Amino acid sequence: MIEFLIHEDKDTVGVAVVDIKAGKQAGGRSLHGKAKPKLKALMEIPLGHKIALQNFKPGDTVIKYGEDIGKVVAPIKKGDHVHVHNVKTKRW
Amino acid sequence: MKIPTIKGYRRENGRVGIRNHVIILPVDDISNAACEAVANNIKGTLALPHAYGRLQFGEDLELFFRTMIGTGANPNVAAVVVIGIEPGWTQRIVDGIAKTGKPVAGFSIERFGDITTIANASRKALEYVQWASELERETCKFNELYISVKCGESDTTTGLSSCPTVGNVIDKSIAMGGTASFGETSELTGGEHIVRSKAANEKVAQQFDAIFKDYQDMIMKEKTDDLSESQPTKGNIRGGLTTIEEKALGNIEKLGKKTKFVGCLKPAEAPSKKGFWFMDTSSAAAEAVTLWAASGAVVHLFPTGQGNIIGNPIEPVIKISGNPLTCSTMGEHIDHNVSAILRGEMTVDEAGDELIDMIVRTANGRLTAAEALGHREFVLTKLYRSA
Repeated sequence: MIEFLIHEDKDTVGVAVVDIKAGKQAGGRSLHGKAKPKLKALMEIPLGHKIALQNFKPGDTVIKYGEDIGKVVAPIKKGDHVHVHNVKTKRW
Repeated sequence: MKIPTIKGYRRENGRVGIRNHVIILPVDDISNAACEAVANNIKGTLALPHAYGRLQFGEDLELFFRTMIGTGANPNVAAVVVIGIEPGWTQRIVDGIAKTGKPVAGFSIERFGDITTIANASRKALEYVQWASELERETCKFNELYISVKCGESDTTTGLSSCPTVGNVIDKSIAMGGTASFGETSELTGGEHIVRSKAANEKVAQQFDAIFKDYQDMIMKEKTDDLSESQPTKGNIRGGLTTIEEKALGNIEKLGKKTKFVGCLKPAEAPSKKGFWFMDTSSAAAEAVTLWAASGAVVHLFPTGQGNIIGNPIEPVIKISGNPLTCSTMGEHIDHNVSAILRGEMTVDEAGDELIDMIVRTANGRLTAAEALGHREFVLTKLYRSA
């Protein structure tokens, strides 16, 4: 069972492809087929939302598609829900 | 790859269409009523009411004429009745459409009034629709279809599944010698360096830079906040997209892995040769698809995550979604379900082949979900206030 997918190996977030419950040991793999170690979801991650693959501190850059998708504005722990409450655009 | 065949309508100028509409085209907002009356009188015709066409000027007026003439000229349209308040701009649109060789006639309301105009235009519409109804589909090649692509109500599933599926079809159809176009200038923000790297040469890359900078400057001039209320949209955020950069990187998956774009088009401008083209468009779905239809595109591929329901009156819009929630809660809007990609049960390459099959079926006459549900969003792009 795949709970989350990762676009590129260097990405620091994964995408939930099912609703992941808090406390769940979630399994993921990259789009290139490589399996990732199981990761404990610290909070509920709804389908399509992102799960942190590492700890972040404010000012860090989040990588998805192997590219910069924005800056961290609140501390994030591995397994946290990553979204508009803790990441913002670097544009506009 | 073998080039599939489709059953299309070859128009007077050699272009291939997949629908056979007789449209009743208002020049201006105040002629909508007459056009709708004609379409009500003569079954099988289609009125295209819109909100503009008065006191526009400069580049905005040029775009208006390009959109109106291009809509009438689209190969999905067999014949056109144009109705405007006065004869000058009416005739300008008639003359532009007539260059394709298709039947077109103009009527103006001043010195006749609505009732006489409606009667005269209805007689012409009757003649056109009976003529068009006897046109027969003929065998044409898949690579004769001009395809446009744009996603909407994106979420993270579009970047994982439906956009890469469309990108796969772009790679395959351009390799077959086809013509296609992408756009959404503002939604490339964060991935503009990737788009730039896909330009066929440095001149095209510089044209793209100039258009992208122009859009960014407009946003910086007009914005009252960081745009986080509108880009990403509320629907995007609900679906898990956090920033414009993340949204753009998913969007760009539609451009394929191998394909380079050969040039940049103004809004509603027709490509001058085969290949993949960037068009400067808004990212609002109905506005953008209306511009592509006016540039001559005959079928649109529309990946959606949260479920954008857009259609267009003359260009069939094929919806592709990989979001299992959307495919189950609003499945009547989705033509091609690619959620098996998220489950690891289907590859993007297989999904692309299935989408080509869906394009062939649509070209042969299958109604898209948006057509069957009556979505006919015809929305003109306006560059600035009228005089």
